[in-house]
Amino acid sequence: MGSGWKATMSTLDFSTTIGNTWFPAPTFTASGCASSGRELAQFFPLREMGGVVTKSVMSKARNGRPTPRMAETPSGMLNSIGLQGPGIDAFIAKDIPYLVEQKARIIVSIAGETVEEYSTLARKLRSVSGLSAIEVNISCPNVENRGLVFACDPDASRRVIDGVRRTIGGELPIIAKLSPDVTDLVSIARGVVDSGADGLALINTVLGMVINVDTMRPHLGGKTGGLSGPAIRPIAVRAVYQVHAALPNIPILGMGGVASGKDALEMILAGASGVSIGTASFGNPTAIMKIQNELKQLLLDRGFTSLKQAIGYAHRPEADNANE
Amino acid sequence: MSQINRNAQQLLAPIISNKKVGNYQQIIINVGDLAASCKPGNFVAINVGGDSSSMVLRRAFAISRVTVSSTFGGTMELIVAPHGQGSRWLCAQGEGVVLDIVAPLGTAFGIPTEPMPVLLVGGGYGSAPLFGLAEVLNARGCRVDMLLGASTASKIYAPMEGKRAVNSMRIYTEDGSMGQTGRVTDPIAEIIKDLDIAVVYSCGPMPMLSAITKITNSLSVVHQCAVEEAMACGIGVCMTCVLPVENEDGSISMLRSCIDGPVMDGAKVQWDQVGKQL
Ligand SMILES: Cc1cc2nc3c(=O)[nH]c(=O)nc-3n(C[C@H](O)[C@H](O)[C@H](O)COP(=O)(O)OP(=O)(O)OC[C@H]3O[C@@H](n4cnc5c(N)ncnc54)[C@H](O)[C@@H]3O)c2cc1C
Ligand SMILES: Cc1cc2nc3c(=O)[nH]c(=O)nc-3n(C[C@H](O)[C@H](O)[C@H](O)COP(=O)(O)O)c2cc1C
Ligand code: FES
Repeated sequence: MGSGWKATMSTLDFSTTIGNTWFPAPTFTASGCASSGRELAQFFPLREMGGVVTKSVMSKARNGRPTPRMAETPSGMLNSIGLQGPGIDAFIAKDIPYLVEQKARIIVSIAGETVEEYSTLARKLRSVSGLSAIEVNISCPNVENRGLVFACDPDASRRVIDGVRRTIGGELPIIAKLSPDVTDLVSIARGVVDSGADGLALINTVLGMVINVDTMRPHLGGKTGGLSGPAIRPIAVRAVYQVHAALPNIPILGMGGVASGKDALEMILAGASGVSIGTASFGNPTAIMKIQNELKQLLLDRGFTSLKQAIGYAHRPEADNANE
Repeated sequence: MSQINRNAQQLLAPIISNKKVGNYQQIIINVGDLAASCKPGNFVAINVGGDSSSMVLRRAFAISRVTVSSTFGGTMELIVAPHGQGSRWLCAQGEGVVLDIVAPLGTAFGIPTEPMPVLLVGGGYGSAPLFGLAEVLNARGCRVDMLLGASTASKIYAPMEGKRAVNSMRIYTEDGSMGQTGRVTDPIAEIIKDLDIAVVYSCGPMPMLSAITKITNSLSVVHQCAVEEAMACGIGVCMTCVLPVENEDGSISMLRSCIDGPVMDGAKVQWDQVGKQL
């Protein structure tokens, strides 16, 4: 590729694949940051992004944690929502048909308190048409093991994914969403892939706390919360890079502080096949469209003719880069 | 219900003027045609701190007033209290600075179909949206009385022209520096009885709204209040701004105050449960 050469928009293949599913663009909402898509649809057509990853849904309706549920922090925020939601039955009845009608590509995120709950959720989703993938949020406390978060327990992580895989059968791709709050992320990633995950979502929020110095108590109702936004981006890029190095053939949905096309490109160069955008949509409801346009241009500027060429590019030896 | 304001739009809006009024800044921005779709009670979410800012979330402000046709096209007025970093940044922006806004958001005050006596209660900058509301109610033929309160005189927002649409306006300050000494909630029960008030409209701090609800519940008067919960997104996607609200069937749900509010039925909000685990 000569240095002065620039592809035109029409020659960029922006599509990506996760498992056996094809997406026209590599841009997704992050679970819990777009509810079920209806509100963002006020600002842009949902079908124009890669897909909507819905808020993690559980078997039953949940009220979530007490307020305050958020605290803004430098270049980020802490949240303790506690998976408030309508429960799987209402979700399938009301939210899925809306997204199908919008022609959005749908990735349903599920969450459970027991290994069995995840399987139950997968069973309910098996017969739902119009889904592109299932994201399994395993950053939840396991009530059967003293509340230890599944994603921090290699064995429990594997059992969750194994259960979902068995129930779902071979059709829908399964994306396991991992927590960065572990000492050996790569071994957890390997475990869930061995148990049948087709892809990985990296990273969930990082556990944090803010103490209000006036009340002299933790600020959040839930005391601890998940840190998101640009503050965690370097952690996310590192996570994607390490896991891609170890498992180069497993597609990764990269997330954590992506707020611009440049941030998205960083994730892709680290090894992500797609990016999820969460907190950035709170500050800017059209962030996903902006990121998508900027990313296209950045890829073209670097002489790529397809997104796929850029995935994991940062892992190439220096000599290789010089040949470009 | 439970849907984002259908008129919500993202817009770049230049500041036309920014003046100090007591403890507050009165900021007027040019919003063009958007002004026509803003109703009293709606709010605006504004980006703060500029492009390189470490503040990632928008700040919510009540839309104090809109004008549809003026030399500037449609305008929107905000009354902003310098509170923390974000609101201070906003207060410091001068004429010509372009703000990234999303508006109109949330629910609006309900306007009665028949003329009836109503009472408007504002606490601090909470009075800002009540003047626009008073004009609408006045035009509907309602008798409008107003009560404003704050800790001290400089925190009372009561523009001269605001009195046009109201029959009476009483001011209460806790330190007695303006109007009567005391709290705005002190005279409410009496006024409701004396004037045969049918609806109380309120906007201000949450403890004030909760206290008003106790009074209106005991007298079986409708209370429409504009709540203020911390919001991360303002557009209904994050679930941070929830309040416990009673449903038709008597059950209680955590509703998003940015979508099902800020204007809510005070009698339905479970004030005792705010901040508690349901
Ligand atoms: C519907 C609604 C209408 C409002 N109307 C007005 C108005 O007309 N005039 C006015 O001056 N203020 C209004 N507020 C309050 C205003 O949003 C806060 O003062 C402002 O967000 C504080 O931001 P900060 O950066 O200055 O403070 P910080 O304390 O540094 O803010 C940190 C974070 O907490 C949030 N936060 C802090 N205090 C509040 C609060 N009281 N309410 C909501 N979020 C808060 C901020 O949005 C921010 O995300 C309104 C709030 C809501 C929800
Ligand atoms: C308010 C909020 C709610 C979230 N809810 C969920 C959730 O339900 N399920 C999930 O897997 N991740 C959830 N997340 C994590 C995000 O999907 C994402 O992994 C994380 O926020 C990092 O991306 P970001 O920096 O772009 O927000 C939530 C994040 C936020 C800020
Ligand atoms: S502020 Fe995000 S849902 Fe209300």
